[in-house]
Amino acid sequence: MLQRNRPAIVLIILGLMAVSSIVAFMTLGVRGNWGFVLEYRGRKVLGLCLVAYSIAVSTVLFQTVTGNRILTPSIMGFDALFILIRTTIAFFFGFGFLVQLPLQAQFAAEVIVMTGFAALLFNWLFLRGQRSLHLMVLVGIVFGVLFRNLSGFMQRMMDPVEFQSLQDSFFARFGQIDPALLGISCVIITVASIVAWRISHSFDVLILGRSQAISLGVPYRRRVAVILGIIAVLVSVSTALVGPVTFFGLLVVSLAHVLCGDGRHRHILPASVLLGIICLVGGQTVLERVFAFNTALSIIIEFLGGLIFIILLIRGAAR
Amino acid sequence: MIVIENLSKKYADFPCVDNVSLTIAGGGVTSIIGPNGAGKSTLLSLIARLLDFDRGSVSVDGLDVTKTKSDVLAQRLSILRQDNHIASRLTVRDLVSFGRYPYSRGRLTDHDHAKVEEAIGFLHLDDLAERFLDELSGGQRQRAYIAMVLCQDTDYVLLDEPLNNLDMKHARNMMQLIRRAADELGKTIVLVMHDINFASWYSDHIVAMREGRVAHAGACHDIMQPEVLSSVYDMEIEVQEIAGKRISLFYA
Repeated sequence: MLQRNRPAIVLIILGLMAVSSIVAFMTLGVRGNWGFVLEYRGRKVLGLCLVAYSIAVSTVLFQTVTGNRILTPSIMGFDALFILIRTTIAFFFGFGFLVQLPLQAQFAAEVIVMTGFAALLFNWLFLRGQRSLHLMVLVGIVFGVLFRNLSGFMQRMMDPVEFQSLQDSFFARFGQIDPALLGISCVIITVASIVAWRISHSFDVLILGRSQAISLGVPYRRRVAVILGIIAVLVSVSTALVGPVTFFGLLVVSLAHVLCGDGRHRHILPASVLLGIICLVGGQTVLERVFAFNTALSIIIEFLGGLIFIILLIRGAAR
Repeated sequence: MIVIENLSKKYADFPCVDNVSLTIAGGGVTSIIGPNGAGKSTLLSLIARLLDFDRGSVSVDGLDVTKTKSDVLAQRLSILRQDNHIASRLTVRDLVSFGRYPYSRGRLTDHDHAKVEEAIGFLHLDDLAERFLDELSGGQRQRAYIAMVLCQDTDYVLLDEPLNNLDMKHARNMMQLIRRAADELGKTIVLVMHDINFASWYSDHIVAMREGRVAHAGACHDIMQPEVLSSVYDMEIEVQEIAGKRISLFYA
C-alpha cells in the first residue's frame, strides 16, 4: 500500500518544501519597505519558477521522446544553439538593430527562429530510425562545441561594445533575471503548456517506444514533432532568462525518478518541476541570505548535475 | 482478413520485401518462417504500419493501413516486437493498462479495468501485477507484454518472434497461450517464427519466405514437407510424423 501511495506522498512533501523555499526567499532578511521588497523579490521568484518549470518539463519530455534517461536538451547542445542564434542576429544585423526592437519582440523572434532550427535538427536526429545512445551523446557534444565555437568566432569579429552587451547572456545567472522578459515568458510558457496538456495522454504511451506507441494508435511522427517543438520553445525561454545550464534538468529529473519510484508522467512531471523550484529558489535563498554569495548557485548545480550525468553514463554502459 | 498486394520495401536499394501478395484469413494462428534476412519481420512491421512501404497495399478487414487513422487501426490490429526497452519504471498492471489506450486515452473506465484484470488473469500474472518490469525475469516480462497486447483486444495480433530468449518450458507455455488466445478469444494471430517445429505444432497456416518473397504459403501440413522446407532453407531437411504432427529433423 505504501508503495502504491509513494508518489503522492513524495509530491506532497516536495510541494511543501517548494512553498517553504518560496516563503523563505520572500521574507528572510527583509529590511525597509515590505511592499517594495516583496514586489522585487516576487519577480525574482517568478523568474526562477519559470526557469525551473521550463527546464524540468522540457527535460522530461525530451527523455520521453528519445526513450532514454541520460540525454537532455542542453546535453544535446540545444542551449548552445540559442546562443548561436542570438549571436548571429547581433552579428549580421548589428546591435543597433537589436536595440531598436522592443525587448519582447526580440525575444519572440529569437524563440521562433530557435524553435524552427531545433525542430529541423531534432526531427532529423530522432525521427530517422533508432540510434545508439552513445552516438547521440557524442553528436550532442560535437554540436555543442560547434555551436559555441561558431558563436565565439562571430563574437571575436564583433564590435567590442556590441560584444559586451551580448556577453551578459552567455553565463547562467539565477540572481539577475531581466524583469522585462517575465511577462512574455509567462505567455509563451502558458501557450506551450496548453499544447502539451492537450496531448499529455500520450506521454506515458511514448515511454513504450516507437513500435508500441504506433501499435497503440499514437500518430507517432506528428506527435513527436509537436513535442520537440514544445521542448524547443521551453528551452529558448529558460536560456533567454538565465543563460545556458547544462546539467540542471538532468539533476532534477533523475532525482524525481528516484523519489517517485515509478515513471508515469503524472508523477514525474510535477515532481521534477517542484524539485527544480526547490533547487533554484531554495538554493538561491541559502546562498544569498546565509552565505551572501550571488553567482555560485549555477556552479553548484552544474557540479551536482554533472556528477549524476557521469554516474548514469557509467551505470548505463554497465547494463 | 489481411490482404497484402504487390508489397515492396527497399533498404538502401536492397529489396527487403519484394512484391509480396498474400492473404491471411481471419481466425487461427499463422506462422511466417524462413531463413535470416528473408524479410519476415519487415513484412510484419509493414502490415502494422511501423514502416512505410515503397509500393503496394495492405488492408486489414478492408481498412487500408496507410490511410486509416492510427487510433482506429489500433482497435483492430496490434503488434508486439522484440526490441522492447523502457527507460522508466512501470508495474505490470501499468503496462497492461496501456492496452486500453486506444479506447480510453489513459482515463480508464470500469470496463477498461475489467479488461485489464481479465488479461492479467489470462496470462496468470495476478501475483506479479504490482511488481515493476525491471524486477521480472525475461519470460515473465514477455508475458506482461503479451497481456498488454491482449488487453488491447484487437481481432488481429502480430507477434514478432515471441519465443525469442525463452527457454523450452516458457516457449511451450507461450505457444499454448497463443493457441488459447486464438481458440478461446477468437483472435487472428500472425507470428514470425524461427523454430519451425514449434510453428508446425501450434499453427494452422504457415507462410514460408525467402529473399523477400513468399516462397510457399498454405496449411501447416502442406508446408511441412521435406522438399518445400529444403528449398526454403537451402539445406537438407527431413520431416517425420510424430503424434499426428509433422516434425522436421535438420540437426545432422
